[in-house]
Formats: sequence, C-alpha cells, structure tokens
Amino acid sequence: MSGDANGKFYLYTRYERFWHWLQAALIIALAATGFEVHGTFALLGYKKAVAVHSALGVAWLIAFAFFVFWVATTGEWKQYVPTTKKMFEVMRFYGYGIFIGQPHPSPKTPDAKHNPLQRLTYLALAAVLLPFMMATGLLYYAYNDWAALGLGGLSLSVVALAHLIGAFAILAFLVVHVYMTTTGHTPLAHVKAMCTGWEDVATEKPEEWEKRTA
Amino acid sequence: MRQCKRPWHLAGALAIVAALLYAAAPGLLSAAGVEKEAEKAPGRQLARSATQAPGARWTTADHSKFEALQKEFTKPEEVTAACLSCHQMAADQIQHSIHWTWICPDCGDGKSMGKYGKTINNFCIAVPSNEPRCTSCHIGYGWKDKSFDFTAKNRIDCLACHDTTHTYEKFPTKAGYPVTEPTLFPEDGKTYLPPDYKKIVAKVGRPDRLNCGACHFYGGGGDGVKHGDLDSSMGMPKKSLDVHMDADGLNFACQRCHTTKEHQIAGRLYTSPAAPERISLTEADLASKIACESCHGQKPHKTDAKANDHTDKVACQSCHIPEFARVLPTKMSWDWSTAGKMNADGKPFKKEGPYGKSVYDSKKGDFVWEKNVEPAYYWFNGAMSNMLVTDTVDPSKRLSVNHPAGSPDDPKSRIMPFKRHTGKQPFDPVNATMVIPHLFGPKDSEAYWANYDWKRAVTSGMKYVDLPFSGEVGFVETEYFFPITHMVAPKDKVVACDQCHAREGRLKGLPGVYIPGRDVHAGVTMVGWGAVIAALLAVIGHGVGRMISSARRKGQ
Repeated sequence: MSGDANGKFYLYTRYERFWHWLQAALIIALAATGFEVHGTFALLGYKKAVAVHSALGVAWLIAFAFFVFWVATTGEWKQYVPTTKKMFEVMRFYGYGIFIGQPHPSPKTPDAKHNPLQRLTYLALAAVLLPFMMATGLLYYAYNDWAALGLGGLSLSVVALAHLIGAFAILAFLVVHVYMTTTGHTPLAHVKAMCTGWEDVATEKPEEWEKRTA
Repeated sequence: MRQCKRPWHLAGALAIVAALLYAAAPGLLSAAGVEKEAEKAPGRQLARSATQAPGARWTTADHSKFEALQKEFTKPEEVTAACLSCHQMAADQIQHSIHWTWICPDCGDGKSMGKYGKTINNFCIAVPSNEPRCTSCHIGYGWKDKSFDFTAKNRIDCLACHDTTHTYEKFPTKAGYPVTEPTLFPEDGKTYLPPDYKKIVAKVGRPDRLNCGACHFYGGGGDGVKHGDLDSSMGMPKKSLDVHMDADGLNFACQRCHTTKEHQIAGRLYTSPAAPERISLTEADLASKIACESCHGQKPHKTDAKANDHTDKVACQSCHIPEFARVLPTKMSWDWSTAGKMNADGKPFKKEGPYGKSVYDSKKGDFVWEKNVEPAYYWFNGAMSNMLVTDTVDPSKRLSVNHPAGSPDDPKSRIMPFKRHTGKQPFDPVNATMVIPHLFGPKDSEAYWANYDWKRAVTSGMKYVDLPFSGEVGFVETEYFFPITHMVAPKDKVVACDQCHAREGRLKGLPGVYIPGRDVHAGVTMVGWGAVIAALLAVIGHGVGRMISSARRKGQ
C-alpha cells in the first residue's frame, strides 16, 4: 500500500468507505424507525415507519451480500481473524496508557487496520450480531408466511424480543464505536480516515502475524 | 494524492440505495393509477347499470293489476289471504323462519335460543309476558300472549316487509296490528294512521332498507337503542356513513348481503356463525351469506400489502368501521335499578340529556347515550354465546348476558369490533338466576309499568314462563354485545395503524396476540436502555478522564 513520508497511508479502499457509511446510515435509520415501531417515539407515524424499516431492512440484506462478497474475494476477512496476542496490552492501553500519553500498542498500519480488540469486536459484529439482526428481521418481515414456510411453531413475541435485544446491543456498540473514533492522534483523525481513506499515524511496522496477505 | 477527488462516488452510492429502496418497497409509492383502471372495469359498470337503470324491473308481474287485490280491505288479515291466494308457498316458508318463531331452530335444543326462548338481554330483558308491546315488531298479527297460534296463515303480516310505499305502520302496543283509526302513541308523541291497503298492495315489492329498518333500526324500543350500527340514519345513508348502502351510490339493500332464500334471511347470530364461509364468490357463488370477502377476496388491498397481511387475524370491520353511531346516538348503558322514582306530583317522569335523548325515565331507569363510539374488540368466530334465564349466575362480577365466541388460538377467529352495552338489571339473589320481569300491561295488571313494584312484576313474569322465583329482587351488573358490521366508512376514514399499534390503543388488553407497538417487552426495554445509558456514561467518563490527563500532561 502506498504511504508517504509524513506517516499518511491509504488504508480504506473506496468500496470499504462507501460500505461503512452506507451501513452506518442504514443502521441509524433502521434503529430510528425500529424504535418508532417499538413505540419509543413518534416521528414518521407507525405506518410509514414500518414501511421504511422494511424497505431499509431488505436494502441492508442486499448491500450486506456485496460486503460478504468483498470480504471473501479480497482476503479482507483475514483482518477479522481473532487473536489474543497483544489483546491485554490493547485493553491496558485504553484502560490506563491512553491517560498517560503512552503510544498505542497496536497502531494501524497499511497491512493491519484492526487491533486485536477491533478484530474481535468487528468479527462479533459482522459475523454474529448483524446477521442475527438480519435473520430475526427477515423472520419478522416474513411473519405472514411462517405457516407456509413450515415455521408455524414460532412465536412472534419471541422473534420480536430477539430482534429488540439485538437492537439494543447495536445501539450500545454504536455509542462506544463513535466515541472510540476520537482516540486517534486528533479527535477527528479516524473519522477523516474513513472519509478519505488516508490514515495518518506514525509509521510503524506491523508484526509479521498481523500482516494482511493477499 | 487521491483524497476526496471523486465526489461522484457518493452520488453513485446514493443512487444505488435509492434504486434498492424503490425495488424493495413499491408500496411506499402510491399506485393510484391501478385503482382508477379497476373502477372503469366494464363488467362492473354493466352490472351496476343493469340494476340501477330507471325503470329497471326484476319481476314479471304488476301487482296493481291483480284481480285478487282489486278490493277494499278492511282488515290486514284480508290482505294476507289475498297474497297467499297466489303465493301458496309463502306462508309455509314464513312460518319456518326465525322472523316468525323468534326461536333459532338449529341452536342448542332448538327451543331455547331466540327472543321467545330462554335468552335475555339487558334492554327490556325478555319478550314473554310483554308480548303486545314487543310483538309490534313481529311479522304477524295478534301475538298478544303465549296462546298465539303460530300455524294460522292469515296471521302473517306480509306488508311489514313488502310495503314499498312506506306508509304502512304497525302500532307500538297492538301486538303487531296497525290502527283502524288515527291513534296517538303518547310515548313518542306520534299519531299513527290506518293504512291505505289498496294503495299499498298495488305497489308491493322486494323489501328495501326502510322495511327492514322499521324494526331493526328501532330495536329496544327506539331509534338506535340497540345495535349502534343500525338506526334510522341508515335508511338513506350518505357514502360517508356506509359506502355500500350509500343512497346516491351503490345503494345496497339489506338482502344484498343478507342472502335470502325462501324467506329465510341469512344473518341470524346465536350459536352458529351468521356467515359460515369466508370465501370469495368466484370460489363458490352459492355462499349462504355474503360477507366482505365474498366480493373483496382475501387480498382486498391493492396498494397496501401490509394491510392484506392482517386479513387472517383481523376482520375487515375492525379497521373499516372506525366508529359506530356516527350520525345518531346509541344507548350505551341502561341501569334498571334506579327506575321507579316519582316527581313532586308523585308522577313518573323523564329527564332529557344530550342529543335530546332521555337520560332518566321512571319506567326504565338511567341511560347513557353516546355518538361516534369507538368499538370494543374481541376474538370472534362468527357466533355468540348466550346466557339463558335458567343459568346459575355469580352476581359478584359483571355478567355477560351474551358474549362473542372465539379465541386467539382458533384459526377461524378474528378480531372483530363490538358495541358493548352495559346494564344493571333485576335478578333473583336467592336462586342466583336472572329473571324475566312483566313490564308492559294494563293499569290494573301486575306489570312494572303499571305499579312500579319489582316483586310483583318479576313474580308475574316468572310465573308466566313457569320458572322458579324466590320473591327477592336484586340488581346485577351485566353486559351485552352487538357485532359492528354496518356503517362501513370510506377508505380514507379507516382506523390508522397506530390506533392499535400503540400501548394505549384500541386493542389494549386483547389477549393471545403479539402486536408490535403495543406489546413492548417492558422489562427488556428497560434493561436495554439501561445498557445504552451505561455505555454512554462510560464513554463520557473515559473522555473526561482523557481530557483531564491530557491537560495535566501539557501543564507539566
């Protein structure tokens, strides 16, 4: 990957950035309409909220399929393989080192965009929580066809409950995720990187095991 | 450098999302065009004009020219005899109908269900011992007590249903007879005129809404008392009141849905459903009763797929009749226990309340009238369960004199709107049974309206039906249900989604179904928000810590 003398390097490809912001917009809109359907507040009105939520949900499913394809074909999936190496150091950094100005134990490099904590978090998100929301959402969406699909024994209450719990998990993730963007060398550095693709850190070499292999 | 040089990427991405949205949700965009095309369907237009063209006739006979009818009738029975001289099958058909017997022939033991059986209500309670008043709405003449001969053919009143001049009226207290000379009925201040039989018989024909309405709009002794979705405003309704009966539009007669075969009119509602099938006429064109789906099918909404998803659990009426009693008020509560008060002169009196309706009547007690009433919703399989006067009751709670039958677990049950009429009515606290009071009778009789004495009235009523009575009269709270199925509103007035999909909505308390927006797993919701707030507090704490420590480091 290209880098320059100032420690800037191109980390997020065009598609990856598009995907990130598209998914962010979808998730926020899904959360807003979803919680309106849940009865938390009134914004669009129930009918429109349901229609928009369903449409966005289906759009998300389709868009997610492209993401899966991208991850699989580009080898990006390797960035999501979880590890315990340096995990403790990273946790110690966010719990202590960050307050005394220590350097990040696992900084972003062109070949390793995720630190061990991120690997685990994003794997859980992309492989478990988001698919769980899609599965429960799709089931919810297909409620009227359950009998025809041989799912007559399902309870809408249980499916709705599962979908709701997932929604709260995503919301809690979102809070922490947004906050974590401020932990770069400037508060907006990470956000900027996700816009432009160019990450700006002191150039350091990744460990051999961290390296992305094409 | 490649930083942010290609703004069209973003535009392209937005276009893709827009395309996805459009593909996934065609329902978001109105498809009004489709609907207009359907309204122009030539088959439908032809069918309408065939029945509505000026002078369109469905019969091959002109009654004004029949010899049997060319005479001066002095008694209504003579009219009946003239009718039956041609319509030889009619009497037998009529006398096997519930309109004649007031007993449902195929409910329970075939003797108990019906106005003249052992069922009661919480209006004037029961017919037996009160016949001359109640039977003003019987399609017969002279049913003044239980000795009435149900086999006498000339006792049939053909004109009540077949008078198309709408000048024929039965007097309210003459056991089904019209008057023979102008007579004032003090109760409604109206003078009833003797019918002009010759003019009426020349124009007999198929019943229209006003014929059926002469009784069914006035059940319970006055306009709009009983049903809530049937009152005199339904005689010539506007489209806003009923889209099908709209006098200037589709102009449906009652029989359009209450399929009538050999004088048997579909729609009776006791222990078996009024409309047993829920299929379209294109599947079976001999349905015993027309229901919504007979014409509209199982997927009636052309542009709203989500609405079609509801048809398995929600009856059409639940959304399409947002309120009943939209033009005239209906009685919502009747408390018999306060009846019998006298004014300063020691005379019975009435007190007028809102809508110009009595809220108190010494003869009947306290009333509550309401307009634009939001229905109550229950699981309904099409049948009602009825209490019998012989049933043992528990007066510690409100008693359901009748109740919608059905359950959320029954695939044939759907959520249906009802008028719930509450009441307080006499019962026998010793025997723990309901009672039939003798209400209507001459001044010197045992009737309640003659002497305002409940003990005498109930003793007389129960003796008349040969049932035990302890001699004690108490009052018990009751409820009585009417399915709401008329007064179908125009589609822009339907019940909105959030009227039910809300915590405090119309379906609050309806069991056996998870309704998004109503059922919110309150405990989980609380824990969920707790987790989100905890995350928020944690990151705020972390952020503040970073700011303080960073400021300190800079200061050093």
